[in-house]
Amino acid sequence: MLETIIQQGVNALQLGSYYSLIALGYCLVYGVLLLINFAHGDIFMVGAYIAFFCATAFLGHYGLIDAGMPGWIVLALTVPLTMLLTSGVGIFIERVAYRPLRLKGANRLYVVITALMMGIILQYGNLSMLGASRKAFPNLVPRVLFEIGGATVTSLKLASIVTCFLVFGLLQWIVTRTKIGMAMRAVSYDKFAVPLMGIPLDIVIVFTFFLGSSMAGLAGLLYAMNFPVLDPFMGALVGWKAFIAAVVGGIGDIRGAFIGGFLLAFLEVFVAATFSSELRDLISFTILLGILSWKPTGLFGKPRTTKI
Amino acid sequence: MALLEITNLTQRFGGLLAVNDLSVHLEGRELCALIGPSGAGKTTVFNLVSGFYQPSDGSIKIGGVDTRGMKPHQVTALGVARTFQNIRLWNDMTVLDNIKVSQHYRLGYSLMDSLMRTRRYIDREAAIDRTAMELLEFLGMRELANEFPPNLAYGTQRKVEIARALSIKPKLLLLDEPAAGLPSSDVVELIKLIEWIHKEFDLAIWMIEHQMTVVMSLCQWIKVIDFGATIAEGTPEDIRNNPVVIRAYLGDENI
Amino acid sequence: MSPRLTTPAALFALLLGLMALTQTGILGQYEQTILSTMGIYMILAASLNLVNGYMGEFSVGHAGFMAVGAYTSSVVGVYLFVPDPFFGQPLLPMDLAYLAFPLILAAGFVAAALVGLLVAIPSFKTRGDYLAVITLAAGYIVKSALENIDVVGGPRGFMGMKKVVMGMEEMISIPWMLIWIFIGVVFTVWILRRFVYSTYGKGVMAIHQDEVAAEIMSVNTNKMKLVAFMLSSGLAGLAGGLYAYLIGFVNPASFTILRSTECLVMVYLGGMGSLTGSILAAAIFTLMLEFLKPLEQLKWVAIPMLLIVLMQFRPEGLMGNRELSDIFPKLKRFYRFK
Repeated sequence: MLETIIQQGVNALQLGSYYSLIALGYCLVYGVLLLINFAHGDIFMVGAYIAFFCATAFLGHYGLIDAGMPGWIVLALTVPLTMLLTSGVGIFIERVAYRPLRLKGANRLYVVITALMMGIILQYGNLSMLGASRKAFPNLVPRVLFEIGGATVTSLKLASIVTCFLVFGLLQWIVTRTKIGMAMRAVSYDKFAVPLMGIPLDIVIVFTFFLGSSMAGLAGLLYAMNFPVLDPFMGALVGWKAFIAAVVGGIGDIRGAFIGGFLLAFLEVFVAATFSSELRDLISFTILLGILSWKPTGLFGKPRTTKI
Repeated sequence: MALLEITNLTQRFGGLLAVNDLSVHLEGRELCALIGPSGAGKTTVFNLVSGFYQPSDGSIKIGGVDTRGMKPHQVTALGVARTFQNIRLWNDMTVLDNIKVSQHYRLGYSLMDSLMRTRRYIDREAAIDRTAMELLEFLGMRELANEFPPNLAYGTQRKVEIARALSIKPKLLLLDEPAAGLPSSDVVELIKLIEWIHKEFDLAIWMIEHQMTVVMSLCQWIKVIDFGATIAEGTPEDIRNNPVVIRAYLGDENI
Repeated sequence: MSPRLTTPAALFALLLGLMALTQTGILGQYEQTILSTMGIYMILAASLNLVNGYMGEFSVGHAGFMAVGAYTSSVVGVYLFVPDPFFGQPLLPMDLAYLAFPLILAAGFVAAALVGLLVAIPSFKTRGDYLAVITLAAGYIVKSALENIDVVGGPRGFMGMKKVVMGMEEMISIPWMLIWIFIGVVFTVWILRRFVYSTYGKGVMAIHQDEVAAEIMSVNTNKMKLVAFMLSSGLAGLAGGLYAYLIGFVNPASFTILRSTECLVMVYLGGMGSLTGSILAAAIFTLMLEFLKPLEQLKWVAIPMLLIVLMQFRPEGLMGNRELSDIFPKLKRFYRFK
């Protein structure tokens, strides 16, 4: 019994690490732009695909590089490359789709709609270009099994969890201890005052997307390594769920997003274990809806007061 | 029975004490002011009376009815109307519609009536339309009925906002800094308008105002607050020379 | 002719015209399906516009309400008229199908309106982005729930509605679904217009433009939100019911975020707060879907792209928040659609 609980607990931690990584991205962008970047989940998907192409390229599948590179090295190269390229996609979208609207002073709603549409374009663009056949992510690193309290945990699962915590730690450090992090927080309080104080708003925003998208890319890579089947819609459901988790945690505070991701994962894993896996989505969403109804700005969110 | 009876009103926002044991007694047809330095808590008091916040302590009674637990639209139905520091007109609706929508608490017909266009709906809509036009006419703004607020001068918008508040047929009219943002010529107009409203309509007016010309020329009774508590009360004469008041505003009694 | 009768007369003439065209074969099956789909989309767009346009919220779960209406209408119709492995023998003879059909649709409307409470009640305290999340979750909950109800086929779906339509056609051979959809569209526009033009309905716009002022100027904002959401979702349920009988088959996969997105596209294309805009946009959108069919999956790159371009250069959509009578005021003399 205890073994199952520990096993499920580890599963939940692992699932939570993906949700959290993605949720952190939503949170950063929302904190800085007050924008729900609905395309973010699909950036996660793009990250997974980029990881796929990088890994397979390094393994020599396309004849660019000689085959025979050890899996470790492929992984070591794929990680930074994926994060970099994925952040490139995120920044590209910001420049091309969101920034013009922002400069025009357009209603936030229009940007949100643009984001929603961008996500769909990514999904269906992928589908059109690569076809409906799913891609299988190559196995790069031999799995090592650990025994914790009677439950078996793979090295991959541990890696995902550890990475997520490390990333969160890094993010906390950036946001609280660096100048650019302070600038990010300043922008979330008052976007208009920031340029007046000599802080380049654009650079802060680009950096935010850089951070958020590269984390989504990392999440995509980790996810693909653990669940090696890729399809164009993998970002949709995972993305929406991470988003809801971020909001429940209290979007705008990275601690909220971090905890929200794990909260959702634990809910899902234990609901699936206790009831049935079909009801998983249903019950998770219902509980989430309940939490939002009780605490409208999320568990950690700060309510935005209207001045009368 | 007093029109407005505020007893030991206290309001805390977390650790901040915004209103501190305030008591007010207003009878019908009075014209009073609530003044004090910025941040004294004046608008908070209005928001409490309007029902937008629930008091941490103390009670508010309007016409003898305790308003604790009431939502703003229910308080309004008791006969309290207000204007806002920053004009809050509905900018994509005509002036006439702005006034008509304020009749929501006594539309006199239901959803089904409006969908089926029953006799009752037609009669009531006509009555509401008529009342709104009459009010505009009375205030000399008939031509503005189909205008949109953003197209009007700021002073005129202010007047429309007051008209909207009047359409509720209030017993108590709360004016939150009605002269704010008005050029001095408009302020003179405003003083005349408020005087006239007070004469023509059966209501009490309680206003928050920073411009002393308005306060001193109109009000019979002034209450001064600072840090949420009353520091002085009296006629304009009493207040004008009150050292406590001067110190609160200017930091020093000796100017 | 007195202005009061012009509109009903014109609509009736239009209906007769449509019927004539179908009976003589000028409007074939394909064209009828397009027109029918157009009608359903019109109802979806107009109903979503009430919440997203007039009330200024961001509801992204419209497909969920459509699903509720679709399934409810399907189940009621099949239960009453069609032998089904689970529901058993029909209760009523097929001759009564055409009489019962409005009730079947009404059942879908009511069910969807009730589910609309799921979103309406949280909306009392939440607005904007958080409410968007709630609507999103609501849509997922509905779809997920339907996938788990085996009685209606779970993920595989539910059918039998075609038999009801055939039964009606056996009585009188007219294009029943086209007629019902036409009536549905007229009903939707009629209800929404009356609501929005009354002082009662204008409370919804007041909430959009300044909720605090609305609350303090005696508008019961909670009640208004309730009415708006329930009306909107109820009409979506009506569209769902019509859709179910048009296609003859429903499954959860027909009511995903993609469907909700289609509704969003139509609302913003037409213009938030313009009923005419929604109708026009629905027509254009349906045609666009047809013309883009050869593109297959790329269709779903083109359509979002269109909306993005729209947001960049003409975010107010086709009509902004104006109606036909605002652009052509002279028309007002000839008709009074009140």
